[in-house]
Amino acid sequence: MTAPAPAPAPAPASTPAPAGAAALIRRPGLARVRAKRAPLYVASLVFVGLVVLLALLAPWIAPHDPNTADLGNALAPPSGEHLLGTDAAGRDTLSRLLVGARTSLLGPLGVVVLSTLLGAAVGVAAGWRGGWLDSLLSRGSELTLAFPGLLLAILIVAVYGEGLMAPVVALSVAYFPYVSRLTRSLVLAERERPYVAAYKVQGHSGLQICLRHVVPNIAPVVLAQSTVNFGYALIDLAGLSFLGLGVPALTPDWGRMVFDGKSAIQSGYPLSAVIPCAAIILTVVAFNVVGERWADKVAGRKR
Amino acid sequence: MPDRTSATAAPAASPEALLEVTGLCRSFGDVRAVDDVSFVLPPGGSLGIVGESGSGKTTTARIIVGLERADSGTVRVRGQAHNGTGRGRAARLARARRVQMVFQDPYLSLDPRAPVRAVLAETLKLHFPGTDHDARIHELLDQVGLGARAADARPRELSGGQRQRVAIARALAVRPEVLVLDEAVAALDVSVQAQILNLLADIREETAVGYLFITHDLGVVRCVTDDVIVMRSGRIVEAGRTGEVLGRPAHPYTRLLSASVPRPGWDPRAIGAARRALAEEDAAAS
Repeated sequence: MTAPAPAPAPAPASTPAPAGAAALIRRPGLARVRAKRAPLYVASLVFVGLVVLLALLAPWIAPHDPNTADLGNALAPPSGEHLLGTDAAGRDTLSRLLVGARTSLLGPLGVVVLSTLLGAAVGVAAGWRGGWLDSLLSRGSELTLAFPGLLLAILIVAVYGEGLMAPVVALSVAYFPYVSRLTRSLVLAERERPYVAAYKVQGHSGLQICLRHVVPNIAPVVLAQSTVNFGYALIDLAGLSFLGLGVPALTPDWGRMVFDGKSAIQSGYPLSAVIPCAAIILTVVAFNVVGERWADKVAGRKR
Repeated sequence: MPDRTSATAAPAASPEALLEVTGLCRSFGDVRAVDDVSFVLPPGGSLGIVGESGSGKTTTARIIVGLERADSGTVRVRGQAHNGTGRGRAARLARARRVQMVFQDPYLSLDPRAPVRAVLAETLKLHFPGTDHDARIHELLDQVGLGARAADARPRELSGGQRQRVAIARALAVRPEVLVLDEAVAALDVSVQAQILNLLADIREETAVGYLFITHDLGVVRCVTDDVIVMRSGRIVEAGRTGEVLGRPAHPYTRLLSASVPRPGWDPRAIGAARRALAEEDAAAS
C-alpha cells in the first residue's frame, strides 16, 4: 500500500533557476516515502529468511525433542533449560516452535504452489483463448470464490480425515480463483501489446507465443501476488490446526500450539500460546510486506 | 464526391504483380473503415498509402498481414491468394513468408525480455530449421547496420532507432516478398528517421522486396515511394505516381494534406476553413 505522498514543498521553480540548479531539483516527497519504506522491507526480508533458515535447520538446532512430555515441569517459565518455557504437557516451547515452523511453512508453500499452478493455467487459458472457454472458466472460478475457503477445507478434512494434504488441497482450490483472475486480466492486457501481433505476423503459433512470451512476461506479477497469498494461507492453515482439523495431534505446528496452549491461558500461563501467535503474525506480516514490495517493484518496472 | 475513384484502378491488374489488392472492405459496426480499396504493387516497387488518422490505412495494412480479416475483397501475392483462413503450420509459415510487417512503435513491438539474438534465432528456427543461424544473424544485423554488440542487448538497452533496426532485421529474417511498414518511422526523431529511410532504400536495392509504406507523413512518402494512394474515410481518393500526386494534387483532400504540413508562410486558419468546406461538401453529397 503506497502511502500518499505528503504535500510536496512548494517548488522553487517559480523563479527561473540557472540550468545547473534546475538539474538538482528533485521531488522530495516521494523520495522520503521510499526511504521510510525500505527499512521495513529489509527487516521483513531478513525475518522471512531467518524463519525459513530456522525451519530448515530445526531438527539440528532444537534444544529438546519437541514431543518429550515432562509433566513435572509443566508450564514452567522461561529458564536456562527451557528458553521460552514449557507448555501444559511440559514440552519445550522453543523446540516446538522451531520444529513447528516446518509444517507451518510447508503447508502454505504447498497451497501457494498448487493454487498458482492451477490459477495460472486457468487464467492463461481463459485470457488467451477468450470466448466460451473464458466464460466457462471465469464463471467456474467465481463459483469457487463464492464458497468460503475455510468451510471448503473443513468439508474436505471431514471427508478425508486428518493430515496436511487434505487442508492444503482444499485451500489451493479456495485460493486459485484469486490467482486466475489476476492472471486472466494480465493476459488480456498483454495479448493486446504489439509484440504479440508481431510474433503472429512472423508465423509463430498462438500457443507458442503465449507460452514463450506472454507467460514469462506476466510471471513476475503473479509470483509477487503468490508471496502475499502465502501469508493468508499460513493464517488459514493455522486456523484449521487450531480447530484441530489440520495436522495430526502430536505434530508440532504453530496453530496446534495455540490450540494446546489455550487452556493454559485460562490458568494464567499465556506464554506457550502467545509465542506461536506472535510467530504466526510476524511471519504473515513479513511475507505480505515482501510480497507487496515485489508486486510494486515489478509493476513499476513494467508499466 | 467527385468520381475520382474510377481513375484509381492504377496499372491494370497484371499477372506479374507482386501484391494485388482488390475490393477490400471492412466495417466496424456502422463505420466503414476500409471501403472498396484496390491497388497493385509491382515487383520490387514501393507504394505509399497516405491519409490522416482514421482514414483506414492501418486497417488496410492489418488485413494485408492477416491480423484483421476483410469482410470482402482479396489479397494476392504473386497471384496466390493470401488470406488468414489457413490455420495449419504450413499455411502460417507460407503467410509469413509472403508478407512481413514493421510496426509503428519499436518500443512496443519487441518482447521486452528477449535479447536481439534470441528474437532473430527464434524466427530463423521456425522458418529455416537446420541452417547455420549464427551466420545468418550476423548477416542480418550487418544488413540493418547493427554491430555484433547489439546482438546480446535487450530492447530496453537499445535506442529507438536501434530497436526499429532490430524489427526490420526480424522481418527480413523470414525473406518476405512484401514488407509492410506501418508508420515505421513515425515514432523516431528526424535524424534517425532519415537513417532508417536510407537503410530501407538500400535494402530494397539489395533484396528486391516490395514495400508498402503506411504513413501520414508526406515527406516520407516523397522520399521512399514510387507510387502513392491517398485514403480518406476508408476510400481511395487519389492514386498515381508519387511525384505527380504530390506535385499536382487533383483531389481537394490531397491538396489539404499537402497544405497541412507546417512550413514558412503556413496558414493554419486557411487549412481549417478548407477542411470545413470539404466536410460540408461531403455532407451535401451524402
